[in-house]
Amino acid sequence: MSRKPVQFTLNGVEKAAFVDDGQNLLDVLRRGVGDLTPKYGCGQGTCGACTVIVDGEPRLACLTLAELVNGRRVETTGGLAQGAALHPLQDAFMRNFAAQCGYCTPGMLMAAKALLDRNPRPTREDVIEAIGGNICRCTGYEPIITAVLEAAGGPARQGTGRAP
Amino acid sequence: MPIRVETVQRIDDAARIVTSSRLARVFGGGTLLMRDVNEADPSIETLIIINDPALKEIRSEGDRIVVGAGVTMAQILASRELAFLAAAARVIGGPAVRSAATIGGNLFAPPPYGEVATALLALGATVQLAGAGAPMPIEDFLRERGPGRVVRSISVPRLADPNGLRFRKVTRVKPKGAPVMSIAILLPQAGGREIRVAYGNMGPTPVRARAVERALEGQKLDALGIARALAVATEGLSPPTDSLASTWYRREVAPVHLRRLLLGEA
Repeated sequence: MSRKPVQFTLNGVEKAAFVDDGQNLLDVLRRGVGDLTPKYGCGQGTCGACTVIVDGEPRLACLTLAELVNGRRVETTGGLAQGAALHPLQDAFMRNFAAQCGYCTPGMLMAAKALLDRNPRPTREDVIEAIGGNICRCTGYEPIITAVLEAAGGPARQGTGRAP
Repeated sequence: MPIRVETVQRIDDAARIVTSSRLARVFGGGTLLMRDVNEADPSIETLIIINDPALKEIRSEGDRIVVGAGVTMAQILASRELAFLAAAARVIGGPAVRSAATIGGNLFAPPPYGEVATALLALGATVQLAGAGAPMPIEDFLRERGPGRVVRSISVPRLADPNGLRFRKVTRVKPKGAPVMSIAILLPQAGGREIRVAYGNMGPTPVRARAVERALEGQKLDALGIARALAVATEGLSPPTDSLASTWYRREVAPVHLRRLLLGEA
């Protein structure tokens, strides 16, 4: 086994770490550079709790080989709030009770941010698709969908904003 | 045994490594392989990362489109000329999986996965391996698939009608879940009569439903025309029993989903 130096930006801040061969990005974020906001859920890409954004694309940190983020831009929930000011998504999640136990929330927020970064006025169906890889066992998803749409300033025309 | 990661610049270099070591795996998007790495699967010793830009290419070649093995589901969904593959690419995981998972990797996906491979089988794709050999029909590739092979690209016919390929993934969990089965149907192309039907998760690899294809040849796709095909929906197949469904259940529901797809029902 060899250790390789890796450099990337984490929420706009330059980071450097040594990674082991085969080590996943989630492990490096949590234990290597101390960002505990992405969560370890299943380690299999099934639950979405570790969703982060790499170069603008949503990625599952547990399935991403850490050395492959060398030179890339990584965003996590840790970078959403600006000081005491919450990100509009965080604010909308709070107001709509979209977090209960909270374990899925960082992944949900990043999946939602990846959507809104590309599509600022999604339909309800777009939101459902965007968080389709993220499992929540508490909320039944409705408050989360509502929160994402609210953060986007309401659903785009095709969506009804209500349960089907 | 700790994992070793080797980065190579050319596809052929990767082929040399996998033929010399049974414990080496080509690393594509990682959505399947990293699960095993995370669990310290002892059958994996070396991961090979290929930096060859050819793996990311989508290019035209006459009446076919050649798709590099490293092209992701997200890239397929963004490609206008591959619009006919979108229905199959869209059902692969959530967006975070689709930005990593590759078309080449899907060819190796064990059951219950492999929906894009199922669509490629119906399309009559050919698979170009590393080295100088001729492209091989996807049926042959699937019959002998294993970690000792390195896929360079997949060639598919360019469909004039983006709806010429019909695809359905049958899941019990909405909107995302592992498929009980998937079905892909290539409708007869201009001037032809041949219809190709493939199932996913109805065997150890995606399989063609030859009896269905024969029964549909030259038939109109209406209730009467497809009746005989539905009667032989699983003829010659050995659908598995797994945690998603039993063999019996798969045989029972296959004609239902086949009918809906053939008639264009929701």
